[in-house]
Formats: sequence, structure tokens, C-alpha cells
Amino acid sequence: MHDNAIYTTHDLAVGYRNGKNTVTLLHGLNLTLESGKLVALLGQNGAGKSTLLRALTCDEKPLSGTIQVDGKNLAEMSQKERSRLIGLVSTDRIQAGALTVRELVALGRQPHTGFLGRLDDEDHEIVRQSMEDAGIIGKAEDYVASLSDGERQKAMIARALAQQTPIIILDEPTAFLDVASRIETMRLLQTLAHDRGKAVLLSSHDISQSLMLADELWLITTDRQVITGTTTDLLASGAMDRLFTNRSIHFNPQILDYSF
Amino acid sequence: MTYRRYAITLVALTVALVVLALACLVFGSVDIPVSSIVDIIGGKGSGNKAWDIIILQSRIPMIITAALAGAALSISGLLLQTTFNNPLAGPSILGVSSGAGLGVAIVILALGGSLGGLFGESVGSYLAILVGALLGAGMVLVVLIGFSAIVRSNTMLLIIGILVSYLTSSVVQLLNSVATEEGVHNYVSWGFGNFSGVSVDQMPVYAGIIIVALVGAALMVKPLNALLLGARYATNLGINVSMTRNLLLLITGVLTAVVTAFCGPIGFIGLVVPHIARMSLGTSNHARLVPATILAGAVIALLCALASVCSPHGIIPINAITPIIGVPIILYIIINRRRIQYFN
Repeated sequence: MHDNAIYTTHDLAVGYRNGKNTVTLLHGLNLTLESGKLVALLGQNGAGKSTLLRALTCDEKPLSGTIQVDGKNLAEMSQKERSRLIGLVSTDRIQAGALTVRELVALGRQPHTGFLGRLDDEDHEIVRQSMEDAGIIGKAEDYVASLSDGERQKAMIARALAQQTPIIILDEPTAFLDVASRIETMRLLQTLAHDRGKAVLLSSHDISQSLMLADELWLITTDRQVITGTTTDLLASGAMDRLFTNRSIHFNPQILDYSF
Repeated sequence: MTYRRYAITLVALTVALVVLALACLVFGSVDIPVSSIVDIIGGKGSGNKAWDIIILQSRIPMIITAALAGAALSISGLLLQTTFNNPLAGPSILGVSSGAGLGVAIVILALGGSLGGLFGESVGSYLAILVGALLGAGMVLVVLIGFSAIVRSNTMLLIIGILVSYLTSSVVQLLNSVATEEGVHNYVSWGFGNFSGVSVDQMPVYAGIIIVALVGAALMVKPLNALLLGARYATNLGINVSMTRNLLLLITGVLTAVVTAFCGPIGFIGLVVPHIARMSLGTSNHARLVPATILAGAVIALLCALASVCSPHGIIPINAITPIIGVPIILYIIINRRRIQYFN
């Protein structure tokens, strides 16, 4: 069923440890990412989207279970190996305002450069190409501080591209963006999956955009199940109505969004 | 940022460094003609024994001491600012200097009488002070690492640094009350800040440790740049964040401790110089920031050293000069923080 599976989880459980107590948010997860597919992770606030993503990017240890990339156990890899497989775009605040876009994107080459991080001609070309692919090359010499939110997000995606990882994971890439930038960003991610063969996973609050552009969905339901499937199948199955606790809102397939 | 701007800045800083070093050689409490100074440095001697000693054993060591102290404190400030993601971090405001000072105080005050004076003839006395400073600075850094894991707020960490400074100074006061008069005198004069405290014999230890630590900092350029993106991105880029942090803080601790042990607790240079470097280069890229910070630190410290010998009534304490340079710059940065790129 998953021909191009590159990333799989086996009986994964995620949550957090609160002193001596372990709080399990999601468990029994057998998830698959495929090359060339854009997957959107949807769920209400507190459902565990960020926690799941932190486990998937190895920022936090899962409570149990394993993650395999290309058949190798992610937890047993060196940090360097992981940095060449998974690129991250998060919502973390960065202190890179006084870097140019080119310098920021060049940081993505770090897993591939030597001890001092010097770039050779090939690295420079990859940085240029990444900026072009992300549509930010026109701002290459501008300070990151001078970018709009949408441009900044493109620069961060270009940085992840320069890392040349087969998998890109994005935590809320369209948060804080206006509607035009949201659509542009989502289209860019779709292109990266379909044309560049990347496995792209993003979490989002933007339901209608995700439904229009994502190939597959991972839905975290209110009873802490993760339902996966193609967007078309899940729309037909009524799974969208299991996303929010508030009983007075319902999914409206005509507008691909929720309404009262 | 253009390469041109970087090159111009480095050349300008180097010229300033040379000019200030020469000025520090010529100006001082004793007037020595320039021709005699040239003769002394040329190895011929000036015919005036006192002048020979002043130039070779006082002014030249002071110039090297000041330049290295400035570079060391400034790099400490830069590493702390990047490590804690906090533009107002610095070795004195975070209490690292006070920690080193507490170590020095314990050695001077507790053992003061028996050591035969501050930096006396015995090698043991200044090594004991150095070790005291290293342990004190290390202790504060461990406290800061601990708190930085608990309090996420930058401002709170600065306040904790200031609290640590209060605590160490109260311990010093308590020590003062039981110390010998000679010990207290030594400690108080050390506290003024002074670039003349490194003798020719001690210079290899002082300069050696600082140069090794500065080279260490220069080798950390790659992880320092990754840390600009925060811990999560740095981890994703293959950087071992906790090991990198510990190494950076070790370098910071060593640099601050050595300078504090020999020159006293010198404020503001470590906080201000990284900002001078960033603003004149227009970048946060550490590949360019580290060399510029080293040079700018040396320049500012020599400026302070020059100012300190320009009074006709004896030497002005360094710590009376650094705030005059530092405070306006910090205020400028705070007022303009919305406009300055690296805050955004």
C-alpha cells in the first residue's frame, strides 16, 4: 500500500513526563510517510500535534515504540546522520535578524560541511538553488529582519531545502501568515513533495488549505486516535467530525471547513 | 553583508589598535622622549635605567595585558549572548566576574597574610588566586546553566545574575570582617580594576591561557551560528547542543576568570564590545563577528588603559572608566532595539 515509504513508526507512544507521572497523549501509532506526498497533521489545540512532531523529529524521546527511516532505527542513528534525513521548520523564535537570507539558508548546509562550516562551490550552488526553489532568491542579500512573515517562512523552508533531506517536517508553517502567504507556502510545500520527491509532513490549523492541497491526512481525534488516509477517503468517511470536542460545530464538505 | 565592509572594519580596528598601543607606550605618569622609547625597544637602552624599566617591565606588559583582557572579556560576552540567546548578557552582568571575584577574595582574604601580598614574589600566590577565580566563575556558570533550564525568560536570567553578584559581594563583606588588614587592603585595590597587575614573569601564563581560549572560541564558529536559530534548529542541524553549550561556557569561564584574577572585576567591556562589533559589521555571522570582537575588545581596553594613565594625579581605576564608555552604548542599544537588525 505504501510503495515509497521512507519513514515509519512502529507502535509509537508519545506524551510527556511530569515529575514521576507519565502522561500518554497518543499511543499505538503506526504511521507512514511516503516520498512525493504532502501529509497534513490536523487536530485541535492540546491534541498532541506538537508533541507528536517533537518525537518524530527526535527532539524528544517517544514514551515507547520505534521510528525507522529507510529501514534504519532513528534513535540509534548519530545526530549527524539524522540531520541529513530530516529537515525541520518550526515556529521557534530565531535570533538571525542580522543574517542575510543567503547566510540563513547556508546554515542548512551545516550537516554537510566540515568542522569550521566552510562552504565550497557546490554548497554555494545548492544554497542558490534552494532559495530559487523556495521563491526567495530575489531577497538573497536582504537581512532576515527586513522580511515579511511570509518571506521569512520561505527563507526557513529554503534553509531546510539546502539541508537536502528526503524528509521535511514543519510545525505550523502557516501560523502567523496572511491568507495569500498561507496559500503560497502550502503550494510551495506541495511542489516540493510532488516535483522534488520529498516526504513533507506539516501540522496545521488551516483546515481548508490542508484539505485542498494535502495528499494524505493524519487526524488526531478527540478520543486520541490518529486516523490516517488519503484526503479524499477521509472526507468521505466523516472522520472530519471527530476532530473537535465542541458539539455545535460541524464539518461542512462544501466549503472544506467547519461551521456552526 | 559585504566582504568590503568586513575588510574595512578589520583594517580600521587594527589601525586603531596599533595607534592606541603606541600611545600607551608614549604617554604615562613619567614623560619619556619618543627617541628614547625607540632606543629602548630597539634593545640599545636609553641610558636611563628607570626609563628602561618603565618601558620594558611596566608599559609593554600593561599594553599586552590590556589588549588581551579586552579581547577575552569581549569574547566571553559574545559567547554568553549567543549561548543564552540574550543580547544583554555579559560576564559581569551575569555574575561570572563576581563569582571569579569571590574565589579571588577567598584566596586573598583567607590566606592573605600568609601569601605575602597580592601577586607577591611567590609563584604559588598568583596561581592560588587564579585557581580561586576559575572555581568561582565555574560555580556561577553551573548555577546559571541550572537556572536557565528552569526559567525560560531572558530578563529573569539577568536578574538571577545580578542576585548572584549581590550574594557573592555579601560573602566577600563577611570575609572582610574576619580578614587581616593587609588582606582587605589587597582585595580593595584589586577591585578597582588594573591592567598593570601582570608581571613579565606571569605574562606567559596569562597570555598563554587567554590565547588558547580565544583560539578555542574561534573554532566554535559553526555551532555558534547554528545556535542563532535556537536549540531545536541547532539540534536538527546535527549540533550536539548541550555539549556545545558546556564547551562555550567553559571557554567563557576560563577567559573571565583569568582576566578577573589578574586585572580585577572589569565591567561593561564584555557586554558592550560584541554590540560594537555587530553594529559596525552589520551581521550576526560569527565567522566575522569573532575576529572583529577580539580586535574591538583590545581597542576598547587600550582606550581605557590610556585614559587611566592620563591623569596628572596618578592612575585612574579602570572600573571608573568602563561605565563612561559602556553605559551610553547600552542605552543606545536599548532605545534603538526595534531598529537594530539583530534584535528582529
